[in-house]
Amino acid sequence: MGLIRLQNISRRYQMGTETIHALRDVSLEIERGEYVAIMGPSGSGKSTLMNLIGCLDTPTDGAFELNGNKVSEMDDNELAEIRNREIGFVFQSFNLLPRSSALHNVELPLIYSGMNAEERRKVALDTLENVGLTDRMHHKPNEMSGGQRQRVAIARALVNKPSIILADEPTGNLDTRTGVEIMALFADLSRKGNTLIVVTHEEDVAKHARRILRIRDGQIASDEKV
Amino acid sequence: MAMNALASHKLRSALTLLGVLVGVFSIIVVMTAMRVMQTSIEADLSQLGSYTFVVRKWPGIYFGGPEGFEKFWRRKSITLAQYLQVQERASLAQSVGLETSFWGGQAVSRYEKTPPNVEFSGATPGTFPAKNWVVAEGRAILESDVDREHDVCVLGNSLSKILFPFGSAIGEQVKFDGINYTVIGVLESRGLTLGGNQDNFAVIPITTGLRRYGHQPWRSLSILVQAQSQELYDDTVEQVRGILRVIRKVPPGKEDDFEIFSNDSMIAQFKSFTLTVRLGVAVISSIALIAAGIGIMNIMLVSVTERTREIGIRRAVGAKKRNIMVQFIMEAVVLCEVGGALGVLLGILGGNATAFFLKLPPVIPFDWAVIGLLICSFVGIIFGTYPAYKAANLDPIESLRYE
Repeated sequence: MGLIRLQNISRRYQMGTETIHALRDVSLEIERGEYVAIMGPSGSGKSTLMNLIGCLDTPTDGAFELNGNKVSEMDDNELAEIRNREIGFVFQSFNLLPRSSALHNVELPLIYSGMNAEERRKVALDTLENVGLTDRMHHKPNEMSGGQRQRVAIARALVNKPSIILADEPTGNLDTRTGVEIMALFADLSRKGNTLIVVTHEEDVAKHARRILRIRDGQIASDEKV
Repeated sequence: MAMNALASHKLRSALTLLGVLVGVFSIIVVMTAMRVMQTSIEADLSQLGSYTFVVRKWPGIYFGGPEGFEKFWRRKSITLAQYLQVQERASLAQSVGLETSFWGGQAVSRYEKTPPNVEFSGATPGTFPAKNWVVAEGRAILESDVDREHDVCVLGNSLSKILFPFGSAIGEQVKFDGINYTVIGVLESRGLTLGGNQDNFAVIPITTGLRRYGHQPWRSLSILVQAQSQELYDDTVEQVRGILRVIRKVPPGKEDDFEIFSNDSMIAQFKSFTLTVRLGVAVISSIALIAAGIGIMNIMLVSVTERTREIGIRRAVGAKKRNIMVQFIMEAVVLCEVGGALGVLLGILGGNATAFFLKLPPVIPFDWAVIGLLICSFVGIIFGTYPAYKAANLDPIESLRYE
């Protein structure tokens, strides 16, 4: 059974009097340990799909199961718990807390999972070490380079040992060389058995993945293994 | 967590908590000042012994204007004859005493002279228990002293120490107003209050004084009555009231033409007077605190908008609505508490400035400090809830994209 199972998922938004069909009848299964790229032009519904998989949103119709949890039937509190436990987000604009140190940013998910301060610090330090940022742990985001910030964000995504790491344009705000470094880090994470889903519109980024999903007009246009 | 966010907006936080500070300060400063004075005034008013009351032509304390006072002027004076009748008829009383002030001025012994501020009054044996006078040395005034109008006196503690610095005062002569009196006793010390030294006085038998200073019609005496016990206190008051109404021929249905008061009734009267002041302060402070609360709400709303993205991030990594709500309420409460704590501190200091200027012992009103801080938390929670609710209900997807 797949780690992620989407069955006949639809998502509609009401914009004034108009109904927008962001996703139409999407079915999809992703196994544990896969490295998937989701591609598509803007407005194709790939962000909506990412929000659904990231448990930030629930589908209008259809069933979504994540690691055996029926996410499509959950309320707000349960979704927050699932996000905390099962999902690590990496964003294009890093989304770090600007006034907090790298260490505190990485600790953040652990605060909400109720870990005590001492253990939290230890786990966060270990994770920062994994992304090679031990020497930057007391720096604030504005004291770090883009690549370093993204690595802090990746450490934050990894710290709760989630089932999936969900990256939205992770290299979008980085120069090419740093982008390559980050993609190498992702490749490394994938080799260690993490499930990665990267949303991107760059072919260069997508080619690192071993499966490419292309979305067009709210439907899966193609699904190829590389 | 809450502290971090506040520390990073120092000026804004400082201005916001200034509002709370002023509100709490105004409560605490007045309450402290009132308590400083209250402690001392109550001590001043507590000169009577236990279950003792005074019957007098004049009221104990009077907060009215001069026009109200005319009523008291017109009353007949209380005389020695009336006192003797009360003493004879008041079966419930343990003791009945009489007191009046004859003269104030300089006392002279063969060693020393005092400044001209010694109070010189007349008393009977019953006055001693009623006024809580305890004889430290020698004896009190006896019935025989009163009956025979002896030229004897009992000295207050500090007065005896001034006049006779080298030894016992008993048996010595003291000159008041040009006449010598033999010292028969010295009282125990009663300490200092707002009115100054409580021991700077001398007492002579009341009859001696009346012979010398005259039975002028305006000289109204104070009758002091001590009941046998607290249970019999009210009955004793009624009995004495009845006796006096008969003696002074007050027609039934008319109000008493004399005043009866005790420590408790004077303190109660003082408290009811200060209550008005307290209520006024409470109203003004509440207005200040509401204004401060609105300031806090305003700042918190700005803060929520400014930190939309932070809220989105926190929600994405697993914060529940509840977590966000608690975080923002805590920020408001911390803001209020810091302002409140400073307000309490400055208020206690400011209130004790009165203690400093009036040379009274300082007071720390712990109850008001706690109440002040509770009010702050309350303001924080009340005015922090709406912004926090708004923060908690932001859509995580929207807030992650918020620029």
